Amino acid sequence: MALLEVEDLVVQFYTEDGVVRAVDGISYEIERGEHLALVGESGAGKTVTSLALLGLIEDPGEIVGGEIRFRGRNILECSDSELRSLRGNEIAMVFQDPETALNPVYSVGEQIAEAIRAHRDVTDEQARRRTVELLERVGVSDAEHRYADYPHEFSGGQQQRIVIAMALSCEPDLLICDEPTTALDVTVEAQILELLEELVEEFETAIQFVSHDLGVVAERCDRVLVVYAGQVVERASVDDLYYDPKHPYTVGLMASIPRLGADRDRLPTIPGAAPDLIDPPTGCRFHPRCPYAESCCATREPSLVDAETGTTATPLEAAPTAHLAACHEYTGALEDGLDYDVVVSGEDEGRGESE
Amino acid sequence: MTLATYVRKRVLVSIPVLLGVTALTFSLLHLTPGDPVDAVLGFQEVDPDVRESLKAEYNLDRPVWEQYLFWLRDALVLEFGRSPITGRDVGATIADRLPYTLVLGGAAWLCSLLIGIPAGVVAAVKRGEPADEVSRIAALAGIATPNFWLGLVLLFVFSVRLGWFRVIPPDAPLLSPATLRFLILPTITLGTASAALVARLLRSSMLRELNASYVRTARAKGLPERTVICKHVLRNSLIAVVTVAGLQLTLLVDGAVVVEQVFSWPGMGRLLVGAIGQRDLPTVQATVLVVAVSVVLANLLVDIAYAVLDPRIRDER
Ligand code: SF4
Repeated sequence: MALLEVEDLVVQFYTEDGVVRAVDGISYEIERGEHLALVGESGAGKTVTSLALLGLIEDPGEIVGGEIRFRGRNILECSDSELRSLRGNEIAMVFQDPETALNPVYSVGEQIAEAIRAHRDVTDEQARRRTVELLERVGVSDAEHRYADYPHEFSGGQQQRIVIAMALSCEPDLLICDEPTTALDVTVEAQILELLEELVEEFETAIQFVSHDLGVVAERCDRVLVVYAGQVVERASVDDLYYDPKHPYTVGLMASIPRLGADRDRLPTIPGAAPDLIDPPTGCRFHPRCPYAESCCATREPSLVDAETGTTATPLEAAPTAHLAACHEYTGALEDGLDYDVVVSGEDEGRGESE
Repeated sequence: MTLATYVRKRVLVSIPVLLGVTALTFSLLHLTPGDPVDAVLGFQEVDPDVRESLKAEYNLDRPVWEQYLFWLRDALVLEFGRSPITGRDVGATIADRLPYTLVLGGAAWLCSLLIGIPAGVVAAVKRGEPADEVSRIAALAGIATPNFWLGLVLLFVFSVRLGWFRVIPPDAPLLSPATLRFLILPTITLGTASAALVARLLRSSMLRELNASYVRTARAKGLPERTVICKHVLRNSLIAVVTVAGLQLTLLVDGAVVVEQVFSWPGMGRLLVGAIGQRDLPTVQATVLVVAVSVVLANLLVDIAYAVLDPRIRDER
């Protein structure tokens, strides 16, 4: 049994303009200690999926279908107090912008210590000592003194280190990182990613890494889930995805990474905007933006299939390493096929520096 | 900057404000139409010799700035002269009356917080539910009701009709049970509008804070919802409320003048109204000075409270 199994998750938001299906039948699993990436443009449903794992979907949002099984137990059926003992303890989250994720009016030490006190039977002094250790571990110098400092007295990178310390304070089995470096500049980004990598290694934590940037994900994850308009369009191991992307949308995402150097059929940026989720396109949701779209694409919805065999495959049933994609190319319905080349330029693997 | 440094700085900054306040109060004497000597005399007819000696006694023959310094020196030791009407020492009168106003104002302030904060929290957390509606309507009514009217109605219903409270304060020390019991109605009268305002302000600032990312972080840590609201959200929300609380205190002073009148409460408000009616200028001057200084001090406290709640404030300026 995988550590986490998400099956047919559907999350809706009730807005004035109509019902937004932010997540529409996403399924995936994460093994113990595995690093899985959720990649897609903003609004694709990555963050919503992450919040759902913590039971943090709030009004006007609602989980309307599916199951989230953590260690076999359906989170959606948990009581409030069961959810609380899960949050921060077994599943923790590192948020996008550390400056707003920290409460400005409490000291950083207190904000970490309170997470420890919430889940462990410790005295205030023990929580404090553990907090100082954690701060040291994430690279906050002079942790003993800085315990009492407030978030605004730290730089953005240090703030994110503090958020990471907080998330790891109870040694969770699953750490969700939601665009953890988007708010930081490039050099700091590299340091934070390195720190994260070290720590999850040390704590043997599984990671769900949410990003819009395939480049950031590449070195750090085992498998990638590409999400478009609330649905999974491709799932593969990192290597398969990089050297042999199967879905035109994935190819579009990769085009923004410098090391993909092909001139021919290259998609510099994906034309068009992310679809309206109140009234999503018929057929393949990507068809209004897809350079290979044919008439069948607008009418029939491609299901997720094994790209090698063309047989329908749900992510939970297929082998974890199977390369799945949702495009008519692999159901045999496409006449002209997809004619893009993937050229890997150079052996320089400096992927962290993209953008 | 530490909190102590911040407090020291704020205290220093209030000194010029206090000086300004004293200068304004002092100039009351000279802004009053007619000869200042008349004002000191309470506008009675006396013979010219007495006028001259008074002029000397009150330094009215000196330049204005010297008069101010003399006056300031006296004010510092609470020496405000004698009332031309009652002949009593004004400082002593103030010392009698001030505790009454402080107790009434303090009780009203406490009452506004004890009612306003929980009402605001409940309204924000139960947004759109019946509790929110009830709180909204009660708050609107509270804000819209003039305090003299509320006071008269309460007095009529609970004191005159039901006889639960006395109509005028008992002849007992301020902190005796009988007097404190009497204080209930004036406190409600004075505190209602503030409570309503605190509740509304707190509700809106909590609704804003509830959407903040740190709230999600707090929940994601697995903290109980009570802790999330009462520790994380409330403290941030109170910052906005406290900023307005400075203005509130001025309202309390305004209100006290009216409410003390209605309930025959022997405080500063009533003293002031009486003194104005009798053209008792030294008393008016002293009362205004004490009230103005209290407002400045109260604002200083608000500034400090602000910094205690929000560490970012200490580092500004
Ligand atoms: S199904 Fe059609 S529109 Fe969709 S990705 Fe494949 S080719 Fe493009």
